Amino acid sequence: MQAILSAEKVSKSFGQVTAARDISMEIPAGQTVGIIGANGAGKTTFVNMITGYLTPSSGRIRFQGRDITGLGPKAITRLGVCRSFQIAQVFPTLTALENMVTALGVADRLAGRAGLLAPLRQPERRQRALETLSHYGIADYAGRRADVLPQGVRKLLDIAMAVASEPKVVLLDEPTSGVSVEEKFTIMDAVMRGLGERSITVLFVEHDMDIVQRYADRVLAFYDGTIIADGPPEEALASQDVRDYVIGDFQLRHAGEGQAHA
Amino acid sequence: MQQAVLTKLGPITLALLAAGFVLPEWLASLATVAFAKGLVVLGLMVLWRAGLVSFGQALYFAGGAYAAGLLARDGGVQEAVILALVGTAAGALLAYIAGFLLARYREIFFAMLSLAFSMILYGILVKNAELGSTDGIGLPQVSFLGIDPGNEARSLANYLLVVVASFLAAVAVEAYLRSIPGSLAEPIRDNEVRVEYLGLSVKNLIHAKLVLAGALAGLGGAITAFSIGHIDPDATAFWTVSGGFVFITILAGTGSVLAPFVGALLFELVRSYAVQYAPELWQMILGAALLAVIMFLPGGLWSLFTRRARES
Amino acid sequence: MLTAFAIFMDGLVYAAWVFVVALGLTLIFGVMKILNVTHGAFFAFGAYGTATMIGVVLAGDGDLVWAFLLMLLMPVVIGTLLGLLLERGLLNFAYGRDEVVMVLITYASFLIFEDVLLLIWGTDAYFAYQPMVVLGNFSVGRLFISNYDLALVGVAGVTGLATWWGINRTRWGHIVTAVIHDREMASALGVNVARVFTVTFVIGAILGALGGAITAPKISVTPGIGIEVIVVSFAVVAIGGMGAIGGALLGALLVGFARAAAVHLLPEVELFVIYAVMALVLAIRPEGLFTRIAARRI
Repeated sequence: MQAILSAEKVSKSFGQVTAARDISMEIPAGQTVGIIGANGAGKTTFVNMITGYLTPSSGRIRFQGRDITGLGPKAITRLGVCRSFQIAQVFPTLTALENMVTALGVADRLAGRAGLLAPLRQPERRQRALETLSHYGIADYAGRRADVLPQGVRKLLDIAMAVASEPKVVLLDEPTSGVSVEEKFTIMDAVMRGLGERSITVLFVEHDMDIVQRYADRVLAFYDGTIIADGPPEEALASQDVRDYVIGDFQLRHAGEGQAHA
Repeated sequence: MQQAVLTKLGPITLALLAAGFVLPEWLASLATVAFAKGLVVLGLMVLWRAGLVSFGQALYFAGGAYAAGLLARDGGVQEAVILALVGTAAGALLAYIAGFLLARYREIFFAMLSLAFSMILYGILVKNAELGSTDGIGLPQVSFLGIDPGNEARSLANYLLVVVASFLAAVAVEAYLRSIPGSLAEPIRDNEVRVEYLGLSVKNLIHAKLVLAGALAGLGGAITAFSIGHIDPDATAFWTVSGGFVFITILAGTGSVLAPFVGALLFELVRSYAVQYAPELWQMILGAALLAVIMFLPGGLWSLFTRRARES
Repeated sequence: MLTAFAIFMDGLVYAAWVFVVALGLTLIFGVMKILNVTHGAFFAFGAYGTATMIGVVLAGDGDLVWAFLLMLLMPVVIGTLLGLLLERGLLNFAYGRDEVVMVLITYASFLIFEDVLLLIWGTDAYFAYQPMVVLGNFSVGRLFISNYDLALVGVAGVTGLATWWGINRTRWGHIVTAVIHDREMASALGVNVARVFTVTFVIGAILGALGGAITAPKISVTPGIGIEVIVVSFAVVAIGGMGAIGGALLGALLVGFARAAAVHLLPEVELFVIYAVMALVLAIRPEGLFTRIAARRI
C-alpha cells in the first residue's frame, strides 16, 4: 500500500549548519507517529519542511505519491496536510469562536461549499464552530478573545483550526508543551479523540515520553539531524541510542547513577 | 450592527437624495466633494482593517481624475456616468499593477512605497505639458445619462450622482467585508502565518484589497474632476492629498461603511468654516484633533457613536 | 564636458543640503524608530529663523560675519527648543506605539507647527541671499560656481564627519549604537534610554534646522518648503536605509546626482526620478542600500 507521506533522503543546511541529514521514512495512512529528540535535533526543521515553511536542500517529500518538495504552506494545506504550532498561532483580537468560524469559513470556501460573496458569519457555521469547540472541550471559552486564553486552551484552538479543513495528515508541533502536567493528558485525549474518529494520519512532536508511549503507534527518534530509531514505542524507547541521545541516560549512566528515566 | 447597516443604507440614501432638492448650492457642492473623498476613505478603511496604511491613494485618485479629465477634454466623452466608470477602471488598473509590488510589503515600508508611487505620478503630471503640468486641465460640462442639467441644476446633478455612487460603493464594500475573503482583514493583520496555513495566499488577498481601494479612489477622483470642472497635480496627486485621506480615516474611524462619508462630510464642513474665518488655525486645529483621536480615541469618532448606542 | 561638470556640481550641492536634513531624519529613526514628519517643520523653522536673524543683523548695519555665525547658531537654538518641545511634550507620551502610528502622530504635530510658522511669519516670502551674494563666485569656462555652494558642501562634509566621529569614536556614540541595535538590552545594561532618546531627537532636530539655515540664502523662504523637503528626505532615507548614517550620505548623493542629471539632460523627469529611484530601491532591497534591518515579507 502506498505510504501517505514519505521522505527520500531529505537534507537541509543553513550555510555551514546541517539541520537535517538524509532523512528517509514512509508513513502509512492512519498511523499515529510520535517524533522525539532533544532540542536542536532536527524535529521542527523536519516538520517545517513537510509543511512548506522550509524548502529542503536536497531530497524529495511526497504526499500520496505526489511530489510536494518546495511547495509553500498555502499549497500544502490545500492538498490536505495541516499543522499546529509550538506557539499556538491564532488570531489574538478575535474570540475563540470567531477564530473557529474563520477557519471553517476558509475551509468551506476552499472546498467549494461557499460562494465568493457568501457571508462568513452564518448561524449554521457558528453552530458548527461551537460544536467543534465543545468537542475539544473548550466551548466555555467561545466568547473570550484569543489573546487572553489560557495556554492549553489556545493550543487546542490552534489544533482545532488546523483540522478545520479536514486534512488527511496533521502535524502537531509539541501539542502539550507549556501546559501544566495535569492538563497534558486531558489535552492529548481531546485532540486524539477529535482526530482518531476521522482516521487521520497524525505526526506529533513531543518531549514527554509518557504521552508518546500512550498515543503513538510508532516513534521516530531524531538526533543531530538524522533518524536514529524508528519503530513501535516499546522498541524505540528501549533502544540504546534513544536512551543515550534522546532520553538522556548517557550522562546519568556515566555519572554512575544507573537510573532509568530522565 | 452588521444587519442594521444594510437596512439603514437604503433609507439614508433616499433621505440624502431628497435633501439634495432643498440644499443650498454651496452645501450640495461641498457634500459632493466630501462624498467623493468619502469614497477614497472607504477604500482606505478596507486596507486599514488589514493593518495597512496607504500614504499613496492620491495615485489612484489622480489617476481616475486625469483619466476622466483627458477623456472629457480630448476624447469627446461628456457623459458623467461613463467618466465615473472610466475613473473607477483607471484606479483599479493602476492598483492592479502597483499591487504586484505593494502587496509584498507591510507597515512602514508599505506606507513609504505607496507614497513613492504617488509622487512618481505627481512628478510625471507636473512636468508634462499635454497633461497640463502645474496648471492642470479643465473639463467641459458633462451630461447625466444624456440629460444636460443646465447651470442651475448642475450642482444638484453632481450631488445626486455622488450619493448614488456612494450608496452602491457602500453596499458593495459591506458585502465584501462580510464575505469570507473580505472578513480576513483582521486575521491578516493579526497573524499572516495562520492565514497562510489555512490555505490562502495573503499576498493575493492584499492585492485584491488594493485593487478595491484603488477602484474606489479612482471613482472619487473622476467625480471630483467633473463636478469641480478642473484638476491639477497639487490638488490630486501630491502627497498631502494622500495625507488628507488618511486624516479623514483616522478621524472617522473604521467601524462602519457609513463612517467614511460621515467623517468626510464633517471634515469638509469644519474645513470650509475654518478656512474662511481662521485660515492660519485650520491645520493646527486639524493636527490637534488628530492627536486627540490617535491618543485617546483609537476607533475614531465613529466609535463614540457606536459606544453610546451600545450603552443605551 | 561642461555639462558633466555642471551636473556634478549641481548634484553635489543638492546632495549636500539634503544630506544634512536626511542625516537628522535617519538618526531619529535609527535610534527611536520614529519616521519624523515634523522634520520638515524643523527645516522650515531653521530657514525662517535664520533668514529673519540675518535680516535683523543687516538692518542694524551689522557685520556680515555675524550672518554666517547665525547660520550655524540659529539651528542649534531652534533645534533644541523645538526638539525638546516635541520630544518631551508629545512623543514622550506616545512611545511604544506602532511605527506607522508614530508617523501619523508626527504628521499631526507637523500640521500644528506649520500653522505656528504661519502665525509668526505670515505667508510672505523671505529672502536672505546676502551671505550667498557676498561670497561671490568663480567661473569654470562658461559656468559660474558660487563660493557659497562650495561652503555649503564643506559644511555638509564637516557635519557628516562630525556625526561619524561622534557615533564611532565617542563613548556617547557607542551608547547610541547600542540603543539602535537593541533598545531593551541597552536598557538592561543600565543605559538611560529616555535620555538617549531626548538627546538624539534634539540633535536630529538641530540637523534639520541646520539644513534649513544653510539653504535659506539660496531660496525664497515660503511656507511650502517644509512640505517639499519632507518627501525628498524620506526618499533619501529610504534609499540609503532607514537608520543607517552612511546610507544617508549614499542616498543623498544618489538623489542629488540623479536630479541634477535630469535637470540638465531630461527635465521632464526631474521630479519623478527621485521617487522612481526610491521605489526601485524599496522594491529590490527594502532595507535600503546600507542597513541590515530587513523588511517584512511573506
